[in-house]
Amino acid sequence: MCGIAGFLNTDGAPAETEKLWQMISLLGHRGPDESGVHIDESVGLAHARLSIIDLDGGHQPMHNGDRSIWITFNGEIFNYIELSKELAAKGHRFTTKSDTEVILKLYEEYGPDCVQHMNGQWAFAIWDTKKKRLFLSRDRLGVRPLFYAKGGKSFIFASEIKSLLVHGAIEAEIDPQALAQVFTYWFPLAPRTMFQNIYELPPGHSLLAEKGEIHIRRYWQIDFSQVEATAEVSEAEEKRITDELRELLLDATKIRLRADVPVGAYLSGGLDSTIITALAKKFVGSSLCTFSVAFEDRDLDESAYQQEVVRTLRTNHKMIRCTAAEIGAAMPEMIWHTERPVVRTAPAPMFLLSKLVRDSGFKVVLTGEGSDEFHGGYDIFKEAKIRAYWAAQFDSKRRPLLLKKLYPYLAGFQKQSPAYLQAFFHVEPGAASEPFFSHIPRWDLTAKAQLFFSTALRAELHDRKAYADMQSLLPDAFLRWDFFSRAQYLEGAFLLPNYLLSSQGDRVAMAHSVEARYPFLDHRVVEFSTKIPPRLKMKVLNEKYLLKRAFGDLLPPSVRQRPKQPYRAPDAICFFDPVTGRPRHPYVGEMLSAERIHEYGIFDTGTVQKLVEKVKAGRATSYLDNVALVGIICTQLFVDQFVVHIKENLSDGAHRARTAQICN
Amino acid sequence: MEHIERELRKFVIDNFLFGEGETGLSNEDSFLEKGLVDSMGILTLVAFVQEKYAITVADGDLVPEHWDSVKRIAEFVQSKMAITR
Repeated sequence: MCGIAGFLNTDGAPAETEKLWQMISLLGHRGPDESGVHIDESVGLAHARLSIIDLDGGHQPMHNGDRSIWITFNGEIFNYIELSKELAAKGHRFTTKSDTEVILKLYEEYGPDCVQHMNGQWAFAIWDTKKKRLFLSRDRLGVRPLFYAKGGKSFIFASEIKSLLVHGAIEAEIDPQALAQVFTYWFPLAPRTMFQNIYELPPGHSLLAEKGEIHIRRYWQIDFSQVEATAEVSEAEEKRITDELRELLLDATKIRLRADVPVGAYLSGGLDSTIITALAKKFVGSSLCTFSVAFEDRDLDESAYQQEVVRTLRTNHKMIRCTAAEIGAAMPEMIWHTERPVVRTAPAPMFLLSKLVRDSGFKVVLTGEGSDEFHGGYDIFKEAKIRAYWAAQFDSKRRPLLLKKLYPYLAGFQKQSPAYLQAFFHVEPGAASEPFFSHIPRWDLTAKAQLFFSTALRAELHDRKAYADMQSLLPDAFLRWDFFSRAQYLEGAFLLPNYLLSSQGDRVAMAHSVEARYPFLDHRVVEFSTKIPPRLKMKVLNEKYLLKRAFGDLLPPSVRQRPKQPYRAPDAICFFDPVTGRPRHPYVGEMLSAERIHEYGIFDTGTVQKLVEKVKAGRATSYLDNVALVGIICTQLFVDQFVVHIKENLSDGAHRARTAQICN
Repeated sequence: MEHIERELRKFVIDNFLFGEGETGLSNEDSFLEKGLVDSMGILTLVAFVQEKYAITVADGDLVPEHWDSVKRIAEFVQSKMAITR
């Protein structure tokens, strides 16, 4: 696991060594063990290494036998052992035991189609000196990051945007459309980033830069076209699916334990991470170490379940209990790593957890991420199912009551009358056939936080059409799928890579040089899951039915039977003390001050002031209040770090914690 | 009645519109149609009204007929106050 960077001077000018070192030195957190650069005339490749496989042999940038192909690679190819045998049978000879060399040989054999053979999580750049071609690729689900830009006479790429900015050809200018997307979907929609003229290579895509032209091609995508949503499933068929899923996930976990350093596991106390830990335990045995986050707030804390799993599976466990103040304190440094504002604080505890992992001597962890999306775990699926059911029998008196079952952990929700539920959940006859039926309530509600945008920003966004940007990214078949498949796609293709695997995944784990691996995101598991009928994923309203059937025997009964609870962290109270109403940290006062709000120009001082008053009075209890507060603070921090103070931050090579200049 | 409406209006504008649209909200405007309040927002309103006017709101009172506009809340508050007296 590593950081990569590089560029190609399209005018043929020699690549500047110093620029290359500047770019890669900003990624030291991703690869603290060693770094290297390679220059071939107008092309430069750089690499910062976190050594995990073939510690002595896997140095990068790496070349093939005749030095005609060079690679800088971040990630893991988990099936590299099988691939190297296949390639050896075809006459290839290996000089290292690394997965990096396997990619080089695969490229020699198959060219850009090499990615079709790979099972893993990757972002890499290959320079083919004979074809004068730069080939970039990113894994199918978007586990590892890759950004690029075309600035002046250079094509630039890197694992993180800060490396692109330090190159100097691109100015850090915020894209207003990206802000509107954050304040709707929670993230910018790749290929868009927070910056104008800087792009993200989307998951499942490759890029060729050749003869002055850039070609981007999708080589894989999530596809629900083969599932028959309404088909009956026989008991024999259900058993066959269960057995196959079990075999696949077992193998996905097994190959994700391949490493020359110890591999640990994250434990949330929920079903998914428990399954992965139980499977890992089969291979690792008694030395397996697990790590978890606990909270002071009992409504959010899952440590009792975590302890239950630790007792049952007998792992060596370490836990970090995050206070609201610690989460608030972590936000500025976290934003330097996420490189985008977030509207929830949940990535911050993951940032603190990766530090615990690193301090415990671990570089690699398995996680249960990626199960909710493809196995019917999310409440938003259940919500959509109830709403669809209700919309089909609109006058039913009983249907609305089902919605109350949905969020037992949300205090206050239970008291709402059917008339309110109907309004909040946008239930109308026939609504289930709308393309974004499942997600409209969440997006509409989040987009209300745009109320805090300044007049100037709103003017820039005046011709924005709600959801047209999302619509343009959908596969052609999307509209032919049932609402449950559509909802799964929206989570798996957008929220997963653009938020969970990035802001809450790679960026906060790699901030402390920790690599996460995701057995549920093995593409064989994902492809298999897209063919499983929705009714087996959520039987009536029983979520993850098939997963529980497949792995129930591995789980402690309390975990198997517990109600699903999404991972959440405290929001407003991380920034303001609920007793005194005062900001917990000096930066909070400064970022929300009228001076800074006005100076940075994104938000309106008057409305922000009213929100702050509401927070201080302890009345900021709604989703919208909290999303707005977190979103505004993070956006202000983002502008502060990536626009106003970007030069100092880039020259320091790290986020510079600065003293607040305005006290509030 | 008028001063109750004024107080409620101010609370709604400050807490749900954050000062925006001071002139745009009429006492008859439906909160649901305007998308002004979410499920927690209703409870914030209830808490405010209970404290401010010293009335008790039962779960059964949580229907849009009583809570969906400044005017409706004011009428509801008044009827409750009349009972209390």
